[in-house]
Amino acid sequence: MSELSHMFGDPLMQRALVAALLVGVSAPVVGTYLVQRRLALLGDGIGHVALTGVALGWLVGAGLGLVPNDVLAIPGAVVAAVVGSVLIEVVRRRGRTSGDLALAIMFYGGIAGGVLIIGIAGGSSGNLMAYLFGSISTVTSTDLVLTVVLCALILLVGIGLRPALFSVSHDEEFAVSSGLPVWALNMAVAVLAALTVTVAMRVVGLLLVSALMIVPVAIGQLVTHSFRRTMAVGSVIGVVVCVVGLSATYWYPVSPGALIVVLAIAVYAVVAGLHPLLARRQPARDPHPDIPDDVEVDVAATTTGTEGECER
Amino acid sequence: MSTPVIDARGVHVHLGASHVLRGIDLRVDSGEVVALLGANGSGKSTLVRTVVGVLSPSQGQISLLGSPLGNGVPWHRVGYVPQRVSAAAGVPSTAAEVVASGLLHGRRLALPRGWRRQVREALDQVGLADRADDATGQLSGGQQQRVLIARALVRRPEVLVLDEPVAGVDRPSQEAFAATMTRLIGDGLTVLVVVHELGELAGLVTRAVVLRHGRVVHDGAPPRPHPDHDAAGHQHVHPHTSELPVHSETEFGLTDGPFGVGATEVHP
Ligand SMILES: Nc1ncnc2c1ncn2[C@@H]1O[C@H](COP(=O)(O)OP(=O)(O)OP(=O)(O)O)[C@@H](O)[C@H]1O
Ligand SMILES: [Mg+2]
Repeated sequence: MSELSHMFGDPLMQRALVAALLVGVSAPVVGTYLVQRRLALLGDGIGHVALTGVALGWLVGAGLGLVPNDVLAIPGAVVAAVVGSVLIEVVRRRGRTSGDLALAIMFYGGIAGGVLIIGIAGGSSGNLMAYLFGSISTVTSTDLVLTVVLCALILLVGIGLRPALFSVSHDEEFAVSSGLPVWALNMAVAVLAALTVTVAMRVVGLLLVSALMIVPVAIGQLVTHSFRRTMAVGSVIGVVVCVVGLSATYWYPVSPGALIVVLAIAVYAVVAGLHPLLARRQPARDPHPDIPDDVEVDVAATTTGTEGECER
Repeated sequence: MSTPVIDARGVHVHLGASHVLRGIDLRVDSGEVVALLGANGSGKSTLVRTVVGVLSPSQGQISLLGSPLGNGVPWHRVGYVPQRVSAAAGVPSTAAEVVASGLLHGRRLALPRGWRRQVREALDQVGLADRADDATGQLSGGQQQRVLIARALVRRPEVLVLDEPVAGVDRPSQEAFAATMTRLIGDGLTVLVVVHELGELAGLVTRAVVLRHGRVVHDGAPPRPHPDHDAAGHQHVHPHTSELPVHSETEFGLTDGPFGVGATEVHP
């Protein structure tokens, strides 16, 4: 118990916990829309591009002689991620290249660009490790402010515009025929995804960002049929695994990002395993609607089975 | 009738390399119930998708409720039922959630007050009130089609554009749908409906437009239903599964071969 209060008393840990909590709520909210649009891998693509942004920020920072060199790394990641996801959306709309080809090109270009540029900036690929795998234990107060602002924006748009974002993600053609600003709503989802990647980068690292957006949603889908509840369950799971995973690293020296993702996948495995049992528990209900048939059948003849068969 | 509800003039639509609509003129006035008929691939869906603004014409103009297609159209007065949508999206959604999305239009991006009641009423109109909380992916094909009808009805449109709304819907539900339509038409609803057979709607349709190869080949009285079938009030008291497939299409003269390449004749 005293150990717990010790943990909560540590200012470094306090900041890390707040960041983890916010990211845990926000990532699945955006992830729900990505899964809905079958763009589950978009977060990974954006994550890779954000790496180039980190390196670019570093290059600019070094060029300007800023101390430390990486103060512009996160702003660089935000810009690169937004540009990358908007580009993907544009490509998707044009329909020239298939979405997954465009994503693949983003994956390769993002990593290669990041490693190249960090070298030019006078750093080594080792400097990118903190961004690839997360560095929640080094969250500064400035980082925290940025995280709070971005997460507030993500939640405001992601939850506030849920019916409209659901409509375009569910049936874009119907949304167009309703006169909804479909282009703007699609762009909103793309920008939300980019912002989520950059805030989650601190907690789990760019390589695992997408897991935090997707796995909780996959769990939500197992336990509910509704879009709204899938999102809600995803957010709860996201918070729980982020906070539990991070707290555990206070005692065990393991990577928080990796532990958080492994926890999420473990929850998924357990829920998926229990799912058939839970489903069987539900009260059986006749799925057939009680309405008259299209055809008139002599019920007496057919229900008695074998002997009444096919007499007509 | 002053301004037409739907007014398409000289509309051409290209999809990919194909010239699908080749100069369509279509005018629907307030209170009319117009059936759009034609063989598979004749361009019916393309025409209605263009009318509701999903596709843009390469030539010609369309105005809806007096405004050219675009932001000026009062979208809350327009309802659209698409021909088919892939029901299973990535994340499950309930019938009520899908119907609620019909309450958003134009610049209205949030659900209005009392949306739950409106959604329940719309689902009730298609006989699915008890399935409101079921996943749409777990409904039967015909039930999913009815959810889409409810989504179009929930905003209480003045003009309804339907693309084969009762394909795959059983006879009692078709009758219920026709009854709902009768009531709405009585209240002044204007309808453009794509159908292959008039069926239960026969008594409601005031005019028929027939497409063939992307052109209007008939615009006038609805085709005369066969005396035995699909007349309004025709009682289905006998099982007739053997004669069920496409019986009335041939009666309307809309199919002339096994692949329905084009229409041969149109009854005046
Ligand atoms: N996306 C597309 N790209 C290219 N051609 C298309 C596309 N969609 C439809 N077409 C073509 O346009 C023609 C008209 O299609 P449309 O869907 O309008 O037919 P329809 O009259 O609604 O047929 P059905 O009775 O089968 O619904 C068809 O020949 C079809 O092959
Ligand atoms: Mg069609």
